[in-house]
Amino acid sequence: MPIEAVVNDKINRAGEHQLTPENWVTQYADYLYNYARVRLNDDEQARDLVQETFLAALEKQNSFRGECNERTWLTAIIKYKIIDIYRKKSGSFKARDEYGTPIAEEDFFYPEYNNWKKEHWPAPFGVEEHDPLHNKEFMNVLQSCLQRLPPLWISVFRMKHLDDEGTEMICKELRITSSNFWVIIHRAKVNLRSCLQKNWI
Amino acid sequence: MKKELTESEKIAYNCRKATLLIEKKQSIRLTSREKMELKLHLAGCYICRVYEQQSILINSMMTKLFKADPKEIKLDSTFKENLQKTIERKLNDKR
Repeated sequence: MPIEAVVNDKINRAGEHQLTPENWVTQYADYLYNYARVRLNDDEQARDLVQETFLAALEKQNSFRGECNERTWLTAIIKYKIIDIYRKKSGSFKARDEYGTPIAEEDFFYPEYNNWKKEHWPAPFGVEEHDPLHNKEFMNVLQSCLQRLPPLWISVFRMKHLDDEGTEMICKELRITSSNFWVIIHRAKVNLRSCLQKNWI
Repeated sequence: MKKELTESEKIAYNCRKATLLIEKKQSIRLTSREKMELKLHLAGCYICRVYEQQSILINSMMTKLFKADPKEIKLDSTFKENLQKTIERKLNDKR
């Protein structure tokens, strides 16, 4: 190795982050646990995932390049495990089509002209005027409507609104095409809105 | 017999497409054609205007709901102790 490269290598290494697996549990276990909990809505699964993450991280310590800190690195690992769960859940769900639509889901639009079916016309919620965020009841309805969504739809919403992931990233990670992505967002949203209307008004 | 629709009638009727464009618009830029179609549709469709308002509202509520500070829950200490032991054992095996 030419002398310059050796020097550069040393300089680079000086600023590198190091891994200290013996401190992981104390430093990151609770953080990773909560990170997974909000994304999975399942405490037990989140707990298992923390363990899996640490064990996987131990195995691939060599792939740690020191470019980011330990926490970021561990978070990236758990994040991919979460997305893997999203994919598995969507894959095992009995959907009607490639958009992850539940079998019993009815069409909100007439097939002929694509206009709203009358019984599904959106009606005003009556919460637009004031700040609905303070309206705890409305948020509770939203929460329960979200929980009723099929796995692919809720995964897309979580990635979009919880992680602010861009369209391209979501498509890549969940392995969906971008045109399917919009159909999914659309169906999920029409369904969610309708659920809100049914349970709120 | 099915009536043949003109281009502008198709846009006026097509709430399915209009609502899809409403969703798209909140994340990416629409093409100028899409913008025009949506504008034409919304001008004549009160129902989709209600939909649009609510769709924007739901998006912002979802973000708030997901990001609302969740109760920080700590892992139970027995689980952590066991995990710590497992990690230490694995580290020793490697050495």
